[in-house]
Amino acid sequence: MELKEDAFRRWGEQRNESWLVRHMHLDVPLTLALIALSITGLATLFSAGNQELGLVYRQLIRVGLAFSAMLVIAQIPPDQLKRWSPWLAGLGIALLIAVEIAGDVGKGAQRWLDLGFFRFQPSEIMKLALPMLIAWYLADRKLPPSLKHLAASALFIAIPVTLIVKQPDLGTSILIASSGIFVIFLAGISWRLMLFLGAVFASCLPLVWLNMHAYQKTRVLTFLNPESDPLNSGYHIIQSKIAIGSGGFYGKGFLQGSQSHLEFLPESSTDFIFAAFAEELGLVGALLLIALYLFIVIRGLVIATQAQDTYTRLLAGSLTLTFFVYVFVNIGMVSGLLPVVGLPLPLMSYGGTSMVTIMAAFGVLMSIHTHRKMIRN
Amino acid sequence: MPYTGSFSDDLRESEQFRHRTIVALILVVLMVSAIVARLIFLQVVNHHHFTTQADQNRVTVVPLAPTRGLIFDRRGRVLAENLPSFTLELVPERVVDLDATINELGRYVDISPNNIQRFYDQLQRKRRHDSIALRSHLTETEVARFAVNQHRFPGVEINARLLRSYPYGSLAVHTIGYVGQINESEAKKVDQTNYSATSYIGKIGIEKYYETLLHGQIGYQRVETNAEGRVIAVLDNTPPKPGKNLHLTIDVELQRIAEAILGDQRGAIVAIEPATGNLLSMVSKPSYDPNLFVQGIDHATYNALNHSADHPLFNRILRGTYPPGSTIKPIIALAALEHNKINADTSVFCPGWYSLEGDNHRYRDWKRWGHGHTDMEKAIVESCDVFFYEIAYRLGIDSMHEYMTKFGFGQKTNVDISDEVSGIMPSRQWKRDARGLPWFPGETLITGIGQGFMTATPIQLARATAAIANRGALVNPRVVRAISENGEEATTINLIETTSESIQLKNSKHWKNIVDSMKAVVHSPTGTARKIGEHSPFKMAGKTGTAQVFGIKQDESYVKEDIAERLQDHALFIGFAPFDNPQIAIAVIVENGGSGSGTAAPIAYQVMHHYLTTLADYGT
Repeated sequence: MELKEDAFRRWGEQRNESWLVRHMHLDVPLTLALIALSITGLATLFSAGNQELGLVYRQLIRVGLAFSAMLVIAQIPPDQLKRWSPWLAGLGIALLIAVEIAGDVGKGAQRWLDLGFFRFQPSEIMKLALPMLIAWYLADRKLPPSLKHLAASALFIAIPVTLIVKQPDLGTSILIASSGIFVIFLAGISWRLMLFLGAVFASCLPLVWLNMHAYQKTRVLTFLNPESDPLNSGYHIIQSKIAIGSGGFYGKGFLQGSQSHLEFLPESSTDFIFAAFAEELGLVGALLLIALYLFIVIRGLVIATQAQDTYTRLLAGSLTLTFFVYVFVNIGMVSGLLPVVGLPLPLMSYGGTSMVTIMAAFGVLMSIHTHRKMIRN
Repeated sequence: MPYTGSFSDDLRESEQFRHRTIVALILVVLMVSAIVARLIFLQVVNHHHFTTQADQNRVTVVPLAPTRGLIFDRRGRVLAENLPSFTLELVPERVVDLDATINELGRYVDISPNNIQRFYDQLQRKRRHDSIALRSHLTETEVARFAVNQHRFPGVEINARLLRSYPYGSLAVHTIGYVGQINESEAKKVDQTNYSATSYIGKIGIEKYYETLLHGQIGYQRVETNAEGRVIAVLDNTPPKPGKNLHLTIDVELQRIAEAILGDQRGAIVAIEPATGNLLSMVSKPSYDPNLFVQGIDHATYNALNHSADHPLFNRILRGTYPPGSTIKPIIALAALEHNKINADTSVFCPGWYSLEGDNHRYRDWKRWGHGHTDMEKAIVESCDVFFYEIAYRLGIDSMHEYMTKFGFGQKTNVDISDEVSGIMPSRQWKRDARGLPWFPGETLITGIGQGFMTATPIQLARATAAIANRGALVNPRVVRAISENGEEATTINLIETTSESIQLKNSKHWKNIVDSMKAVVHSPTGTARKIGEHSPFKMAGKTGTAQVFGIKQDESYVKEDIAERLQDHALFIGFAPFDNPQIAIAVIVENGGSGSGTAAPIAYQVMHHYLTTLADYGT
């Protein structure tokens, strides 16, 4: 009966929310944080894109689309999502195979599928579908998962990740692999087993190295010593560090960043937008931005712990942690802490595809949080 | 563990999940801390370092070339200027196929084989990333035609440059000189900083001598550039200081007339204002067009100029060393008077030859049957050689050397034009040093008539003549009388020392003796230059000279018909006018011109006549 009282108490809390918010299935703190982040992103884009309003408008449309996607998915009850999980994952893997056979090559990598009216990357589907699949698979089994179930989960992860690595798209495959691994971690895999698997993975690293593409190897080598090749692959990271470092404590001021405005900083409105931001707004701005991301992550984890069944718990936790990986890998790369991996900074970088997926993930989180009351019935 | 139903299972799983979430959160916080630490490292600890790098990234210092000073003649006519010119330039490093590109460019812009030859000549000397001009002075139509097709020619561009231009072409080229592109050895000598934007430097003549004044001071622009190097904004600007304009003592009109009078003959004319040393006109013939050299000359044209038997590139005024012949006789006579070896009435019998005691060699007079009894004046007027053999013998080489040296022979005049040579005024010492041989008495005799080892440049002769006209004041010839900055009045300035030590005589009457004799050369019925004195509206003094050409240099070759001409004597004349108030002193040398009286004297007369009759125009 303790649980029931708890549920009633939460029900009571939600009574304070307006009718509109309740019926839109939105989590207010998360929504406000995401809106704040989007506005920051648009403003930074305005500056980094040399105050070209057209760029900002195009991005605004994408933000609108992404928020719509979130809103639509927030309406779908978690039970429904759970039922669709295997089918969605199956579709995703099928599309990945289709890309392998008939995909478009963009920027040297085969990632796009052209549906005539619409080009998209099936790997985006997998960002949602894989954690859904693993959560669906493990939720109805006894936890912590048995070795057999772990092996099956590992296979579920390996298939799409292999396909995406082959495209090649290292950044996305890291994200998707993490999202699956997070589910397993949250499901309660034993520490001893985790340690063992970690050791196995580490011993496999040389094999991974041998199978990497030349450009990926260069990126890793460049990360280890960017000055070794200051004009080519090291250029991005050197200029990015100069941009961040020259920003200093308070920054050069909005619209005053010389590194991005004079085009020394490459990709200043896409993958390296954090450097442009930190150049203009300094350490103070960067810390505020990171705090905003951290707030979103913590809110996501809170939603996960408050979720009422295993599937939603695992899914919400995994999606939140994956979001954090996005942020960490991007800022780590831009500040020279990690090798250059082509991942955008969520809701800041210019570009549509990944933003729609990220917002869809937040839609799932909101659905999980706002449909809890239905459990009573 | 026994199955205890969904309820407790859920609770346990929830607890497990909560535990894992806290672990995850701790990891998240650790990773965020790593990022924050990294940002503090970049933005606080190393902020200064990265700020410097960011500034180095964006701020570029662009040197601005100063505008080269102009050169004006005495009356303000421009002799050397800077004209804007559209130049078609190629950067070899960025052009894939040079031949094909040049060929293709020919469809839009006129390109002559000479242009191509010159381009390839320069290609060998320049670095791959230097831009090399293919054509200059493009017409506006050509510029437009190329501009439309520019995208098809990577590494090819049209630049508007200021090109040095000499509007009078070959006129006074040996005085003015020319500029050309800086070569490696010149680049090492100049102040690298001041020349970092300059591509031209004075190669010879005034352009070289006054390079420092003409060049000016470099300016700078600190500009903000983007990653492609394009200038976005000018941060600050230190404008260059243009070079000083030079105002010459020579006059275009007189120069033109003097050049016309000398015509196609090889030789030199130097006219000087005795009181000041201002050079009025300097001619060296044949000449050439300095404009050919500004953008770099092509091989064929250069070889033609350089290997021509007429040596047009040779500056005869400053570098032509000729035996002065009889023109030095007045000075030798003066030396003899001063050393009391003769007086004005001393007479020597001239049988047409002279010989030394104990020597059978006969030193001939130009007049085979001799001048008979000859005193000093007659010896100068008729240019008697025997008389001068005798006084040379009496003086000895060292006394002659002493006097000739006082008049500036054997030394540079230090005129403000580059690359002068000193000629030779021989002495015992000189012969020991230069030839390692003792002095022979016969050599003293021929030195007395300006032959033998002695050589002089036309400008030395003109300066010595001015000293005679001044009765001893030895002036230093100069060609620049004033400088100015743009938009300002010219200020007269003595850039070089104007006077040297005057020639002091023990008996100043001796000036009158030789100057009167020189007047008689022109104005007496027996004077060698009497023809020019017959109808002259003014009185003048002068001395003819005819110098033997001893032989042809072995490395010279020319067609047979020329030999006779090239073996003829050099014709010389020195003189000044008007006699009582000298305004102009002149030296004329016509190579293989025959005789001084027949060829050189009339030329000198015409130049002096023009100058004196239009003197008012020159505003001295």
